[in-house]
Amino acid sequence: MLKLKSMEELKRLREDMKQSFHVRSQTSTRIIVGMGTCGIVAGAREVMQAILSELDKRQIEANVETTSCIGMCVKEPLVDIEQAGQPRVTYGNIKPEMVPRLIEEHLVKGHIVQEWAVARLTGEGVK
Amino acid sequence: MLELSLHILDILQNSLEAGATRLELKITEDPAGDCLRIALADNGKGMSQEMVRKVLDPFVTTRTTRRVGLGLPMLAAAARQCDGDLEISSALGKGTRLEATFKRSHWDRAPLGNIPATLVTFLLSGSGVDLSYEHVVGERSFQFDTAEVRRELGDLPLSHPQVRQWMLETLNEGEASLREKAAAGRPTNRSV
Repeated sequence: MLKLKSMEELKRLREDMKQSFHVRSQTSTRIIVGMGTCGIVAGAREVMQAILSELDKRQIEANVETTSCIGMCVKEPLVDIEQAGQPRVTYGNIKPEMVPRLIEEHLVKGHIVQEWAVARLTGEGVK
Repeated sequence: MLELSLHILDILQNSLEAGATRLELKITEDPAGDCLRIALADNGKGMSQEMVRKVLDPFVTTRTTRRVGLGLPMLAAAARQCDGDLEISSALGKGTRLEATFKRSHWDRAPLGNIPATLVTFLLSGSGVDLSYEHVVGERSFQFDTAEVRRELGDLPLSHPQVRQWMLETLNEGEASLREKAAAGRPTNRSV
């Protein structure tokens, strides 16, 4: 059982959300962080924390998810950004301190950060 | 791995990949008996007895991307290095239970580390999995059950930024409440 104080805070949160008529906009932006063993050892948990913190700071809506190993272990931590109508971009060797620029350039300004992007072999060849 | 909480994140992800919908994680620290135990049970698809026997081999994995799976072998190595072991029991279609034990004061025993970050990261892996978490240190205990949280939240998702923030704060407070006194008989120049 959670402490009474914690449960009360949660109830209050729920009430606040209801009252502010906050409808969480359906965002199609997805940020996917590799969280296989390779990613975890490379520091993906801290990268994910940095992403969540940066999105909060800038009030940007995005679905942050994890994926298991995709086979490019040497490039972990890997961060994929997928937006409606755009090809999915994979960034490699991401450190927490690189996250602010990644969010700023890719999500806010709409430019791919080429120096951090990695080529991925897909069905259609190297992207 | 530098923190036991990273091993925990790793085995939580394994359970997720096995299709588990409900996980039970219990960390038990017994300062008097000098034992630290991490137990994780899931209701995923489980493993055959043959797989259980092979699974600590680093060249055995369910991954299709590489032919190596180091997560469990590394956890077993960490436990054995600290006079402990990793026990695995599983049944196909039922689920899996892991129990890693460590001599708590062992010089090589990595700190538990940032458990709240591990749990929140795992819970954001999507898929609505429920986690029942308990951490016991001596006589004190802290419990957190996402099923309870979801009941309270109704249609608000766990991934909502403010819910996520609340979870992190609640977990941090809970963990801190277990640590008000330094553990007796241990070198104190590292975070526990």
